[in-house]
Amino acid sequence: MSAAGAAPERSRWLKSAGKQIREFGMPLVFTACILATALIHPNFGSFDLQSLALGALPLAMAAAAQAIVVISGGIDLSVGSMIAVSNVLSARLMQHASFEESLGLAVLVLVIGALLGAANGILTAITRIPDVVVTLTTGFIWGGVALLILERPGGGAPAEFLNIAAGIDFSEWLPNAFIVMVVVVALIWIPIRCSRIGLLLYAAGSDPVAAFRSGVNINVARTLAYTFGGVACAAGGIALTMTTGIGAPLAGTYYTLSSVAAAVIGGVRLSGGHGGMVGPVAAALLLTLIPMDLIFLNIDPNYGQVIQGTLIVLVVMFGGFITLMQKRK
Amino acid sequence: MSGVLQFLRDRTIFALILLLFVFIAGVEIARPGTVTPLWISNMILFAAPLAIIGAGQTLVMLTAGIDLSVASVATGSAYLLATNANSGDVTALAIALSLGLTVGVINGVGVALLKVQPLIMTLGTGLMTGGVMIVYSQQMMASQPHVPVFIQILGAGKVLGLIPVDLFLWIVIGALMLFGLHRTGFGRLLYAIGDNREACHLAGIRVWRVELVNYVLCALLSSIAGLVLVGGTNASDLSLANAYLLPSVACAIIGGTSIFGGRGGYSGTIVGALILTVLTSLLTLLEVHEPIKQVLYGAIILVLAAAYARLTE
Repeated sequence: MSAAGAAPERSRWLKSAGKQIREFGMPLVFTACILATALIHPNFGSFDLQSLALGALPLAMAAAAQAIVVISGGIDLSVGSMIAVSNVLSARLMQHASFEESLGLAVLVLVIGALLGAANGILTAITRIPDVVVTLTTGFIWGGVALLILERPGGGAPAEFLNIAAGIDFSEWLPNAFIVMVVVVALIWIPIRCSRIGLLLYAAGSDPVAAFRSGVNINVARTLAYTFGGVACAAGGIALTMTTGIGAPLAGTYYTLSSVAAAVIGGVRLSGGHGGMVGPVAAALLLTLIPMDLIFLNIDPNYGQVIQGTLIVLVVMFGGFITLMQKRK
Repeated sequence: MSGVLQFLRDRTIFALILLLFVFIAGVEIARPGTVTPLWISNMILFAAPLAIIGAGQTLVMLTAGIDLSVASVATGSAYLLATNANSGDVTALAIALSLGLTVGVINGVGVALLKVQPLIMTLGTGLMTGGVMIVYSQQMMASQPHVPVFIQILGAGKVLGLIPVDLFLWIVIGALMLFGLHRTGFGRLLYAIGDNREACHLAGIRVWRVELVNYVLCALLSSIAGLVLVGGTNASDLSLANAYLLPSVACAIIGGTSIFGGRGGYSGTIVGALILTVLTSLLTLLEVHEPIKQVLYGAIILVLAAAYARLTE
């Protein structure tokens, strides 16, 4: 009796431990990596911290966008192109604008991001083409749009506006980019998480059939997820303008694959319905830290992409391996 | 009218061929006198590498998978061939194809054995391959890459000035694909797995073996396509096949292969690849600005895929 009672108790404990690792493992790994960085590079100072925050800011937004969509059971391969569109659009519009006008234009870019995201969701819903194919294609289309807006790197924004993310207003150990990262992701995620929308997204992601039978309109839920993803991408594009000072039509392409990498490494399950926002953001920081560490170690930073790919493969393979072992039992 | 629609619904390949001729007519209208035997020969020359990557993509899509590493593998193989050309044709060819083999095995092990979603697995291996090639290219700076002559003939040559050499390779691969998919146990198994994996498993089929082989085949086909491509351009760089990822998926989808598995075949992909090649030619003839071309190309792919989904519902 007692043995039979202990077994489910133990598996429940294991399950909840697994969930904790998924959710909070990545911040721990990231903290460990920062400490390791300080060890291998004793001069690691506030300057390195600032460049880490600047580099990770757009990727964190991209990771957040991807995480929202993946949680609802979709995938968005147009993240990079949407970031590119918002990047060149903001850099082009703000070039001769004042600070106040730039703030208004930023809102406009966010709205356009929402529309681009919504287009992904609506196209998936009405054409009944799989989301992978739709977003692969729209990614291609938005890529063309970004080139139409700005053919070669250029544009700009007022210095005060750039300063929102690129400056240091509080402490040299707390660059603005960190604050912007936390605030923007929280502004997008907390309203979703605390409202019925969050419930809809998780329901649509974890079991679409059950969700449909409980009266959830899957198409609406997915479209909402893509729309919020679009807003996060637009924020990422504006962040890219702030951190680089210009708009570049091809700079966004990097973020498609990396956003998926950050989401997956950050514990968002690709099958949908699982994961949060802390993991992906920490993973975005980690993915930015790795190439920096490689430079400190005098290794070709181009290995960064190899490591990124290997990390995705290892994380998902490890997940598969655990499931395989559990089935064997 | 409804009779015609019904006929097209049952024989979608005719609808596709009809569409192909509509696009060809469009080319002729856009600039009269363009459609000549030489133009047709060029279209086939350009369509062959796409159709070969499309063959691999069709194979994995039949089992409800997708391979997003095809472009990186094709680019990497081409680059390896060009940089190793000095050590002899056979060695260079072996090194180039071994990249496809390696990535294919990694993809296969991840997808078939460890049950990783194909999308994320191949995304990861694609990133890895791309990264390895960047690092490799920086170590190879000193040596002068060049494309072996036999690959140049394969990718750009024409017999009697009209029949592209890569057509022969395409015919061989196409025949193997069509025969393999419809007349062999392996081909039948691909459809069966895509249709109902669980039933296959219960019927005693070792699903993982079939899938593993399938991903290796897909990566090898991408490798071969990369070689044909680099033969055509005669210049290898690390963005050679990047533009082929979307078209490789699109030509299979337009050709009627379902991404959910179990439905489709290679004949549709062949016509799909031809349609996309003629479409590119049409957009080039219209002399639209490059970014607008990109937007139109993507939009037309979406419309075609959506129309196909509606037609076969």
